[in-house]
Amino acid sequence: MTTANQSAGAKYKNSFLKEVEANVEDGQWVKMCMQCGVCAGSCPLGPAWEHSPQKIFMMIRAGKREEVLKSDSMWMCTSCYNCIVRCPRKLPITHIMHGLANYAHRLGLAPQGQPTREIAKLFWDNLVKTGRVNELKFSLAMYFKDGFGQGVKNAMAMQSVGLGLVKAKRLNPMEILGGHSCKDKSGIQKMIAKAREIEDRRKGLA
Amino acid sequence: MTASIATNQTILVVGGGIAGMTAALEAAECGKQVILAEKTPTLGGRTSLLYRYFPKMCHPTCGLEINLKRLRGNPNVRVMTLTEVAAVSGTRGDYTVTLKIKPRYVNESCTACGDCGKAVSAEIANPANYGLDKIKAAYLPHGMAYPQRYVIDPSIAGTPDGEAAKAACKFGAVDLGMQEETVELKVGSVVWATGWRPYDAAKIQPYGYDRIPNVITSLEFERLADVRGPTGGKLLRPSDGKEAKNIAFIQCAGSRDENHLRHCSRICCMASLKQTQYVREACGDEGKSTVYYIDIRAIDRFEDFYANVYKDPTVSFVKSKVARIAVNEANGNPILHGVNTEGYQRYATEHDLVVLAVGMEPEVTGVKLPDDLVLDSSNFIEGSKSGGMFGAGSAASPLDVNRAVQSATAASLKAIQVIHKTASTEASAS
Repeated sequence: MTTANQSAGAKYKNSFLKEVEANVEDGQWVKMCMQCGVCAGSCPLGPAWEHSPQKIFMMIRAGKREEVLKSDSMWMCTSCYNCIVRCPRKLPITHIMHGLANYAHRLGLAPQGQPTREIAKLFWDNLVKTGRVNELKFSLAMYFKDGFGQGVKNAMAMQSVGLGLVKAKRLNPMEILGGHSCKDKSGIQKMIAKAREIEDRRKGLA
Repeated sequence: MTASIATNQTILVVGGGIAGMTAALEAAECGKQVILAEKTPTLGGRTSLLYRYFPKMCHPTCGLEINLKRLRGNPNVRVMTLTEVAAVSGTRGDYTVTLKIKPRYVNESCTACGDCGKAVSAEIANPANYGLDKIKAAYLPHGMAYPQRYVIDPSIAGTPDGEAAKAACKFGAVDLGMQEETVELKVGSVVWATGWRPYDAAKIQPYGYDRIPNVITSLEFERLADVRGPTGGKLLRPSDGKEAKNIAFIQCAGSRDENHLRHCSRICCMASLKQTQYVREACGDEGKSTVYYIDIRAIDRFEDFYANVYKDPTVSFVKSKVARIAVNEANGNPILHGVNTEGYQRYATEHDLVVLAVGMEPEVTGVKLPDDLVLDSSNFIEGSKSGGMFGAGSAASPLDVNRAVQSATAASLKAIQVIHKTASTEASAS
């Protein structure tokens, strides 16, 4: 038999806060926010965001799941760490923002075409192939992400920078032929696949 | 003054503020021998530097006057000013304390006539006004100073100025040959009423206390409002001496902050609410107070006071911890930046003057205390391992004057119990 207390408890349980605590890196800190607003006021990009960190934390507690996960705010964070330094409760705000961004991305809810998300995706795909970042391929992927024509224009505009990097031996043109790799390429790929499998199982992601 | 001879049945009270005076008097009025040691040249502590008390808005002269009257009439208390505790050894009922007494350069013959002050030309920052103005280096700490004796600042003791003070004194009260003394005493119990100090506001970098003249602390604001203060009671701001009418109060300046003070200082909400009424008193309906807060903590019956201030049309409230303060270079006005939690609007608001409601830090923070004392994570004194020493007033917890007095009375009773047990042990041993 369920009591009124139990059924009310089930009905009003804020499941999104619990979901964030379970699935978002450092999500267990969200409930510690006392809504003072110092993070929002200290953020150099504050005025450019849809929602300030303080507002995001309140929205999580209010159960606004879609609005939070579709927000562009987490993607606007430049990791300057001003908010962490100033937070009177020492919430790891930057880390929570990155955790929320990753979780929204994994659920397929993150805003499409958001530039920070695009560069993060390109970087990750580049990195996991060999266990090393291939900077030449990464730059080219960035140039050509909006189509061939735009890619050529971007490459021409950046030509002097590219040649400078080649001359200074900071960029190797031979990287186009596969590029360097870590010693055990298949080993690192297996590690990443296993880590992904564990994470998916724990967070209930397909 | 009757000199009491310290024995194991004597109680030492450290600190002569409102809590120390109360603890000493309560024990003395129960017939106990008490030594009241105060670091500065006068009793009264920070209480005597307030303009008014909340919630009744009366002046501190009142409460202090009553205590001073009790003190004058009680031979059981030996007051030692300019005295610090250098060491405590022993245990409950049998402590040996070492006291260091700094020279005042003025003896008991002083009548507080003021001739030495007139004769001296050197000036020092006025400790009674938190250094907002200057006074002569031969001075009476403030109007309510006890003992009513002048002090000669050590900086002029060996100078022609010191000699001038000596020459001007008609009573032979100036003694420039005084040296620091150390005395050792036996006591049975120690009450630590060492009080508090304002948290160093300069450490809260985004608020610019160290670089923006029109950002001051709540304690400095008390002095501005006081007729005995540096501006004669006018709310004149430091940068240009203009009357400040649009004043911001920033709560939790240092308190409730893991980067500064972990604890809630408990008094600051009420202090700022009280200070909004100083603005009303000085400027009438033209005054404007804005309180920036995380949440207002007007504890128990003070809720009434808050409700009344809330109704005051000259006072408004913004639920936001201010993120940073910039300056309008054209007029020197501080500009407060932040985000209002009620609606999440970004603001950049200009005020004439900003008052930081700074938190209470125990005065003993950073001081090496006897190992026997037990402190909490914010350095407030919880008690002692052997149970013979007690914290009282704001040394024990962030307290307002009223609660500091209650805490002191409680600590005094505990000290009396220790003395009673000591006395019965001594009686059965002999």
